[in-house]
Amino acid sequence: MARRENSEINAGSMADIAFLLLIFFLVTTTMDVDSGIARKLPEKSEDTPEVIIKEKNVLDITVNRNNQLLVENEFVQVTDIKRLAMEFIDNGGGLATPKDGNPGETCDYCNGNKSPESSDHPTKAIISLQSDRGTTYGMYISIQNEIEAAYNELRNQLALNKYKRSYKDLLDDYKDNGTESVKIKIDFLKDSYPQIIAEPEPIK
Amino acid sequence: MSKFKKQKKGLPAISTASLPDIVFMLLFFFMVSTTMRETDLLLKKPVLPTASEVKKLEQKSLVSTIYIGKSKDNRISGDKIQVNDKIIDVKDIPNFIFTERSLRSEDEVKYMTTSIKADKGANVGTILDIKEQLRDINALKISFSTTKGNDLKSNY
Repeated sequence: MARRENSEINAGSMADIAFLLLIFFLVTTTMDVDSGIARKLPEKSEDTPEVIIKEKNVLDITVNRNNQLLVENEFVQVTDIKRLAMEFIDNGGGLATPKDGNPGETCDYCNGNKSPESSDHPTKAIISLQSDRGTTYGMYISIQNEIEAAYNELRNQLALNKYKRSYKDLLDDYKDNGTESVKIKIDFLKDSYPQIIAEPEPIK
Repeated sequence: MSKFKKQKKGLPAISTASLPDIVFMLLFFFMVSTTMRETDLLLKKPVLPTASEVKKLEQKSLVSTIYIGKSKDNRISGDKIQVNDKIIDVKDIPNFIFTERSLRSEDEVKYMTTSIKADKGANVGTILDIKEQLRDINALKISFSTTKGNDLKSNY
């Protein structure tokens, strides 16, 4: 291409303009990713059948307005919840709920003490979190986090035993390329240790 | 040998011709990754609690955010709730969710998540009231917004 003299546009200030824009976006940008503890609320239905639950299948966590914790009527610290919850969920002292006419089975993947005083089966174990209206949100989140941690740890143990992969790896795999086989594994782990958290009305 | 004689003497100036390209590249990166601040907070900026077991919120366009915190005016006590650019009452939350729903297509509604960004000093009562309201209108997916970290001691 033939080039004529004095026909080029002076691009010297281009960098300045681009810098200006760059600085504008640098200032207005927020890079934070929104992350948090995900929860699914129970559906509201009018005709909830009354279910009789044995007291040993419920782990009572109560927190008062001074952020003090009671687990099964014993005064504990937040850091103890994970251990207590894991012991409770993984106890496996009895039979699962009978399904499709089949009798309930014992928990063959549990590593718990099989104590008759604690939960029967992970699928029956309910964690009840009773809070006070005056409890601070930070405390509430800490407890939720510890419960979540307990379930994740248990699922992770089972995943390592059964699939030789960590639960987190499986979840990452599913996110990257969601194949059906990974989904089946994750669903199995979730079904083995389902999160059943009940939150009764707060203390006024 | 004449080839070598042509070589210039002394250091040549560093070419800055590619500088605009580099800057533009950065610019595009920030333009793409940026999210403009959509809402002005009318509350004191909530200090989010810390949690270790966090999940990233996917599909930001399907997330509606509820802020809970203290009023900027120190004389007003208690928790205030803000959505979009307004401070609202607990009972107005269903309205807010319905408006959010109407902006999305019908099959997206079931994937909508409500993100609760609450100050760690807020009362659980307020949170539970909101949860009850959300339950009433079947907005069941919620996420308690937290910062990722292992130091739970700072929460309480």
